[in-house]
Amino acid sequence: MKRLATALAIATVLALGIQAACAQTLKAVKDRGELLCGSNGTLAGFGMPDPQGNWVGFDVDFCRAIAAAIFNDPTKVKFVPLTAANRFTALQSGEIDVLSRNTTWTMSRNTSLGVDFAAVHYYDGQGFMVHKSLKVSSALELNDAAVCVQQGTTTELNLADYFRSNHMSLKTVTFATADEAIKAYDSSRCDSYTTDSSGLYGERVLLSDPGANIVLPEIISKEPLSPAVRQGDDTWENIVRWSHYAMIDAEELGVSKTNVDEQLKSANPEIRRLLGVEGQFGEPLGLTNDWGYRIIKLIGNYGESFERNVGQGSPLKITRGLNALWTKGGLQYGIPIR
Amino acid sequence: MADTVRPSPRRARRSGSIALQAALIAVAGGLCYGAIHNAAQNLAHANIATGFGFWNNTAGFDISQTLIDYSASTSTFGRAFWVGLLNTLVVAGIGIVLATVLGFVIGIARLSRNWLVARLAGGYVELIRNVPLLLQLLFWYNAVLKSLPELHGSIALPGGGLLNNRGLFLPRPEFAPGFGTVLIALLVGVITTIVLRVWARRRQERTGTPVRILWPALGAIFGLPLVVFVLEGFPLSFSLPDMGRFNVRGGLEILPEFAALLIALAVYTAAFIAEVMRAGVLAVPTGQTEAALALGLRSPTTLRLVVVPQAMRVIVPPLTSQYLNLIKNSSLAVAIGYPDLVQVFAGSVLNITGQAVEVVAITMAVYLTISLLTSLLMNIYGRTIAIVER
Repeated sequence: MKRLATALAIATVLALGIQAACAQTLKAVKDRGELLCGSNGTLAGFGMPDPQGNWVGFDVDFCRAIAAAIFNDPTKVKFVPLTAANRFTALQSGEIDVLSRNTTWTMSRNTSLGVDFAAVHYYDGQGFMVHKSLKVSSALELNDAAVCVQQGTTTELNLADYFRSNHMSLKTVTFATADEAIKAYDSSRCDSYTTDSSGLYGERVLLSDPGANIVLPEIISKEPLSPAVRQGDDTWENIVRWSHYAMIDAEELGVSKTNVDEQLKSANPEIRRLLGVEGQFGEPLGLTNDWGYRIIKLIGNYGESFERNVGQGSPLKITRGLNALWTKGGLQYGIPIR
Repeated sequence: MADTVRPSPRRARRSGSIALQAALIAVAGGLCYGAIHNAAQNLAHANIATGFGFWNNTAGFDISQTLIDYSASTSTFGRAFWVGLLNTLVVAGIGIVLATVLGFVIGIARLSRNWLVARLAGGYVELIRNVPLLLQLLFWYNAVLKSLPELHGSIALPGGGLLNNRGLFLPRPEFAPGFGTVLIALLVGVITTIVLRVWARRRQERTGTPVRILWPALGAIFGLPLVVFVLEGFPLSFSLPDMGRFNVRGGLEILPEFAALLIALAVYTAAFIAEVMRAGVLAVPTGQTEAALALGLRSPTTLRLVVVPQAMRVIVPPLTSQYLNLIKNSSLAVAIGYPDLVQVFAGSVLNITGQAVEVVAITMAVYLTISLLTSLLMNIYGRTIAIVER
């Protein structure tokens, strides 16, 4: 009943209050003095409060980067924990300004939910985790297996597609939140747990015995994870999009949190534009021209955020893979600031 | 001076109140229309898809318990809706039966003259109805069912069943063609019994001698189908569940989620029904029992013919409320992953289509319909047992 009540509340908000939330998001954020960021809340490495209650993670960093660009203060963010099920309604109804919560960019979401995806912040794909004791080494051996999955996700749909196209049968056990699904998997209700592979690494850390579980090699889908904003406020979408590219461009140009102050004196015109030493690139966004400098100084470049939260500097130890820069065999490609 | 016709004060009051009611309805209708219109406009403005066109689109997701044919690749969102609705109805229906039986037993036990039985029943009621249902549900699901053994340590039940943390697997009956005749025989048996009973009652009213029809009735209901069953050459077999690599294959599967929800709902609601039952029995004046005993009726007959009919009048209205609560509480299924209407429709379908307003509206309309129908049936039943005033 509680969930129905929440849904009802959201529907009511949708019915009565959308227009107020439309357009002028930047002004609303500035007036409020903080950014409302929809994030995961239970996914280690991507979005979760640490033991002291501070939100940390790769998706969290991105919201902090936006706050840094606007306020020159990465702490001026209020994080709203969302489930896969209520994330879009929260965005649509204006409860949050930006959704940065390992959310896959798909056509139907883009065209029928009234949301725009700013830029692919993490290239992901769906994988499977299994109990080691089952001695399974490939997802193709999972015929007849019980698989725990979170509802309202692209994962739920890909799972059905994958088993069908490989002529395998499965028993899906669907849960409303990732937390419930992973707990059911942990207590052996299911043979396998499936989600985006980034999520698998994040969730595995939280299992009762992480070492007793392995992630299978198959990646069964494309999951371009992207921050999302409401349609109808292009300026705001641009701020979100360019916050992402500023972080990528900085990594391409070798500008990092540690050397950003020296780089202010750089002769390289690309660096000078990124950091606002030259040109007027912040003003058209409604920001100050040193918006790029603020992001790098306070958060760091894309690679730094990646390694710190999910890469080698974290318990997840995810390799860059598709998320390496294009110059290093990955897909992340900075769009020029000029 | 001629009398002027004045409206009587009562009539004036009446037309005034009709006007007031009409105005109230108009305001309520206007508000509803305004809200719907505003929602439609806002949704269009925000580029969010609206309408019920999604109903016939392919669903694409799997459901763990389907009572009707359903496949992720071909079935529609509409089909998923029916699957979820049936799952809700099954758990609510069986839950109501179990809760009623358990509640009546405990209610009676609480009235028992046996000190221990009465205290145990009292303890049950106080313990169960004072702990939130959600916690009890999580208790049954996590603490009890998940402590069952894993697949390869399955408990083998007598008769070929298996019990493990994936569920309870029972032999599934497979009906051969001749089984239809057995069902017809059963139907004949039931009809015979009803006719027999009507005849016996008429005879008792006419002559005053009670007629015992227990044995002929048992013969008609059980004996006749059994004979036909043997004659047809045992047209029934059982497919036994067996162990696959990951899961049990074949057999009749009862999901742990279903079992947990059913147990939680039945146990919780039974505590309330027990109290309703007790109140009903206590509402019958003791004089009634004493009078019946004085007339020479035996104690069980007194209970059946004097106490229960009078108690039922008091019991039915609050019992209806408990049934409605149980039906609505079944939506807590979402907490443990049982695919009921809320989980499937207001969960997966809502999220995949993103059409919150439509989906929530449909879901609410469905619960409203189920609840109103239940109330209606209970009211009809309540009328049949009302004391006829002569």
